[in-house]
Amino acid sequence: MNPAAGPHVIPANAGIHLASVSASGAVKIDPRLRGDDVAPAARAGRKRRVRGAAASTRKRAVFGNKWLGFAFAVPQLLLIFTFFYWPASQALYWAFTLQGPWGGGNQFVGLDNIKAVVTDPVYWDSVVRSLIFAGLSTGLSMAIALVLALLVDRELAGNRIYRSVLVWPYAIAAPALGLAFRFMLAPQAGVLAFVNHIWPGIWDPTLNGNEALGAIIFAFAWKYVGYNFIFMLAALQGIPRSLLEAGAMDGARPLRRMIDIQVPLLTPTLFFLLVLNITDSFQDSFGIVDIMTGGGPARATNLMVYKIYFDGFKGLDYSGAAAQSIILMLLVVGLTFIQFRFIERRVHYN
Amino acid sequence: MLHSSRLFATVAVGLLGFALAAPAAVADPVKFDFWYGLSGDLSNVVQQMCSNFNKSQSDYQIVCTSQTDYDTNLQNTIAAFRANKQPTITQIYDIGTATMLLSGAVLPVYQLMADNGYKVNWDDYIPGVKLYYASSKGDLWSMPFNSSTAVLYWNVDAFKKIGKDAAPKTWEEMAEDMKALKAAGYDCPLATDITNNESWELMEQFSAIHNLPISTENDGYDGLDAKVMFNQTKFVQMAQDLKDWYDQGLVKIKDAKAGESYEAAFADGHCQMTLDSIGDHGTIGKTAAPDMHWATAELPMFAGFERHNSIVGGASLWVLNGKSDAEYKGAAAFLNWLSQPQQALFWSTETGYIPVTKSGYDFMVKSGFYDKPPFKGREVAVESLSEGTPTPLTRGIRLTVMPQIRQEWGNAMQAIFAGQISVQAGLDQAAQRSDADLAKAAAQYQGKTLP
Repeated sequence: MNPAAGPHVIPANAGIHLASVSASGAVKIDPRLRGDDVAPAARAGRKRRVRGAAASTRKRAVFGNKWLGFAFAVPQLLLIFTFFYWPASQALYWAFTLQGPWGGGNQFVGLDNIKAVVTDPVYWDSVVRSLIFAGLSTGLSMAIALVLALLVDRELAGNRIYRSVLVWPYAIAAPALGLAFRFMLAPQAGVLAFVNHIWPGIWDPTLNGNEALGAIIFAFAWKYVGYNFIFMLAALQGIPRSLLEAGAMDGARPLRRMIDIQVPLLTPTLFFLLVLNITDSFQDSFGIVDIMTGGGPARATNLMVYKIYFDGFKGLDYSGAAAQSIILMLLVVGLTFIQFRFIERRVHYN
Repeated sequence: MLHSSRLFATVAVGLLGFALAAPAAVADPVKFDFWYGLSGDLSNVVQQMCSNFNKSQSDYQIVCTSQTDYDTNLQNTIAAFRANKQPTITQIYDIGTATMLLSGAVLPVYQLMADNGYKVNWDDYIPGVKLYYASSKGDLWSMPFNSSTAVLYWNVDAFKKIGKDAAPKTWEEMAEDMKALKAAGYDCPLATDITNNESWELMEQFSAIHNLPISTENDGYDGLDAKVMFNQTKFVQMAQDLKDWYDQGLVKIKDAKAGESYEAAFADGHCQMTLDSIGDHGTIGKTAAPDMHWATAELPMFAGFERHNSIVGGASLWVLNGKSDAEYKGAAAFLNWLSQPQQALFWSTETGYIPVTKSGYDFMVKSGFYDKPPFKGREVAVESLSEGTPTPLTRGIRLTVMPQIRQEWGNAMQAIFAGQISVQAGLDQAAQRSDADLAKAAAQYQGKTLP
């Protein structure tokens, strides 16, 4: 160091010089030695960081363009309005008036339409059948899907194929599905025709109401097995392997692991699928019923949604059909509420 | 810049090309819509007729659209009417007649033709057909188009085997013939079905030819507060007999949903008799084996009853309100063209439907239409419709809720045949529910009267 030189700036590539002497003789101690420049810097940095952190809790990242967000939402809002709120409000209006088929004659009749629907024993028969259909088809499809998902999760042979193929039935439109099953389950020409050769007349969904109901339950459950399967498989894959391994180390066999570890951890998905399946069984079943059984025989498969269609479009009783659809909507809302209230308690969210 | 000016040039040249290519402006023909509820083969024939009409003149152009089936066409017509987008002419099935008459949405056909200066001989229409679609004053509100009635199809070969050369005329004779056929080894003497559709053959036609009421108020003609009566007439006996024969294996239920419909079962030779519309005569002719000999006969009756005319089925053409005068001119021209004997011949040749005018029928008989297969046998339907003079109970059915009544009837028959309920109790239940539907409809149409 040459004290006689001018003020020294510590060059960047220099080592740490603890001090330098300026021309005036003042000794400049390396700020790093002094510590307070480091500290301030550090402190400042920390403060800045702290300030930044505080600022980030105080200062939100604001998306400046207000209208863009709204514009993104508008198409969806339009769809919901056009295809739900507008028809639903029309249905409400029709349910409380007496609608002539050709328009006009909107005479307000209060609760008469709803009273007429509710005092009709055939309507309650239809409600009971819809509930039976919902329960059995949901139970059947979820049970089968659960078994399949657990087996595929265990990486049994062919599981890659199953994963891709099992969801395809969900993509089939209900009328196409109904037509296929109608042919397959035809008593004289279908897959079960051989049963009728051995015991004549045992399989006859055209005259036996219970068999017709069983046929549509089976067709509907078949469609939703794939849908349920995909969700359950995804949820199963999310369960940490370590839990299962721990169970295996403790000596639990696969079935016990399934029942005690995997299924309880699956309950959020099962609950979600339960709500979806039951809701869908009230409205997606229309195509199957219309093609396979037409509501018969003797009203055995006259589900609520089919009855609404028949009374409204074939019977031209728009007011009655509107009243029925309002009741159906309330029923589905009520069922969903019950599920959330009472079943969700048993769901283990973790 | 170059990009956009090139684009502009291309568009300009394109438009110019279009303008040059367009033909010199001629008076465009007046277009009007015709919606019909037929599909498949029958729809092709309708399209053929529409293009024939368009080719025959240049003032009007009819645009014909298939709505797939009668129910859908009625629903679509109503929806279009509510949105003020209705067609000029629409084809509505027989049981929709009462709904149309009370709708306030139709321009009666007799008025349309009179307004446009066409002189139509309304008395030329076969009475059994005309009275179905006419007002209480006898004026036709819709134009009968594809008309049919129910007949008995029977297998001549099978009957020869049991030593008979004519179809049974009574149900008592039918029972014996069925037993004989069964003994001769035929598994299915008579095929039928018991859905709402078969109410037409089994209950409605039955009631008409026996001159029995389907409901009070002369089947709805006289007023809106009707009550059904099929659970109190001889039809109860018919239903009981059918159920007994079904239990004995003489009558088989054949449904398309179960594998084969009854007309297909007859055409295949699986079943030896069936009650069906004459409209299927062409289809059966095309699908039956060439060496199968079969024929038609009038529907059997119970002994002790005098035969009356059966009622017409099918559909008719209605003209709707709210269209322009030019469209009405076109519609009148089309309906006039349609009623010519040549068109009746074309329609009856290509489909199984029968002519609705006496002159049309005579024209076809004279030209030897009914002398040879495949058309031999269809004259039975015209004879069935022309049997005697129509009575107040054989004009037709004018109940607005007939689709629901048929559905109740079908449900009752299915419950009866499945053994869930007795015949009388089942029919009573159907009658009770039908009366409820009728009462609801009367409330809906309060203050209106049938024309």
